[in-house]
Amino acid sequence: MMAKIKVATTSLAGCFGCHMSFLDLDERLVALAEVAEFDRSPITDIEHCGPCDIGLIEGGVCNSENVHVLREFRKNCKILVAVGACAINGGLPAMRNHISLEDCLLEAYRDGIGVENAQIPSDPELPLLLDKVHPIHEIVKIDYFLPGCPPSADVFWTFLTALLEGREPSFPYELVHYD
Amino acid sequence: MTGTINIDGQNIPFEEGQTIIEAATAAGVYIPHLCHQPGYTPHGSCKLCTVKVNGRNCSACTFPAADGQTVINNSAEQELDRRRITQMLFVEGNHFCPSCEKSGNCQLQGVAYHLNMLDNHYPHFFENREMDASHPDILIDHNRCIFCNLCVRASQQKDGKNVFGIAGRGINKRLIVNSPSGQLKDSDIDINDSAVHICPTGALLIKRTGYQVPIGQRIYDHKHISEVALAQENDNGQD
Repeated sequence: MMAKIKVATTSLAGCFGCHMSFLDLDERLVALAEVAEFDRSPITDIEHCGPCDIGLIEGGVCNSENVHVLREFRKNCKILVAVGACAINGGLPAMRNHISLEDCLLEAYRDGIGVENAQIPSDPELPLLLDKVHPIHEIVKIDYFLPGCPPSADVFWTFLTALLEGREPSFPYELVHYD
Repeated sequence: MTGTINIDGQNIPFEEGQTIIEAATAAGVYIPHLCHQPGYTPHGSCKLCTVKVNGRNCSACTFPAADGQTVINNSAEQELDRRRITQMLFVEGNHFCPSCEKSGNCQLQGVAYHLNMLDNHYPHFFENREMDASHPDILIDHNRCIFCNLCVRASQQKDGKNVFGIAGRGINKRLIVNSPSGQLKDSDIDINDSAVHICPTGALLIKRTGYQVPIGQRIYDHKHISEVALAQENDNGQD
């Protein structure tokens, strides 16, 4: 029996919508599980990814931890894939790029309506925020992009089956959306 | 004078005064474009319609058709150039499609889909651009303006007004409103003006009309822009 391919997934500055869309593969997940196994992923709760064939990255880069995770994925994954609008162009989290980080924090933790015991979180365990949210291709080299908010399960399926069969992935017109 | 030009091996007739894109459109050949619309003075700013005419790069919307021209419209090189141009438009503005009411009806998206653009390639500018929501009926979101000049031309040439202009150069270029305050509410724009309806992106929007057609059921969600543009532009040509 051939060794299963290893797939790792993570969400950086994303909403997990792309992961939910991945789960929309439904019964096709069973077929996928025949040939693939998960390394680091919300499904396995593994903290660090090991050597993998495919890394699926959801979300953009908004803090120092995102940078570390992204670099770890790049180091360990033969093929790194930007999944969804946030990974590709920063997406909705990047809409904060026009507001200063100080104003964002003050609005969220001090001045916002309903805030009690106002204080800016400063625990050393917390990752430092970057001043801007970045698409992931600005930090590491990305091999493939799956656009959409989120990409549909059919996009994941079309992409993964092509890779598994050794074909160059391509998408029919109906599958390419930016929203 | 009439004659024939050859686009990608296909002989296409033209009439005196027609540009390459006009002859192509009439013959059912799609050349990607954003700043061109039939009935408006060519502007030649988006460069998406760049074709090779007898070996030279030319904007098909400004270049006159001439007998015997050999035009290359579809080649791997042209497709890559056009994809890169479109990617530049995306990174220079702030085009967050999931948050835009125009998504699915947006020609910029339509062209990007046509070019199989899956990523934005370049680093993003994340330029800080304002919104003008001062007018009761009309909204300008400068984040989505691609400076195609169509609203400027529509206001001047169809509406008989002069509401819009492009000021500045290069990266400092911006759409301005001709009113004492610079705001849309103090201009003489009207919701029925052609200028309000011609924007190929979501930069000019009409208020309180959002989501009448759900996202996923809109024009470019299912129809190719080549098909839509050829049908619309040939219809307009017959008006």
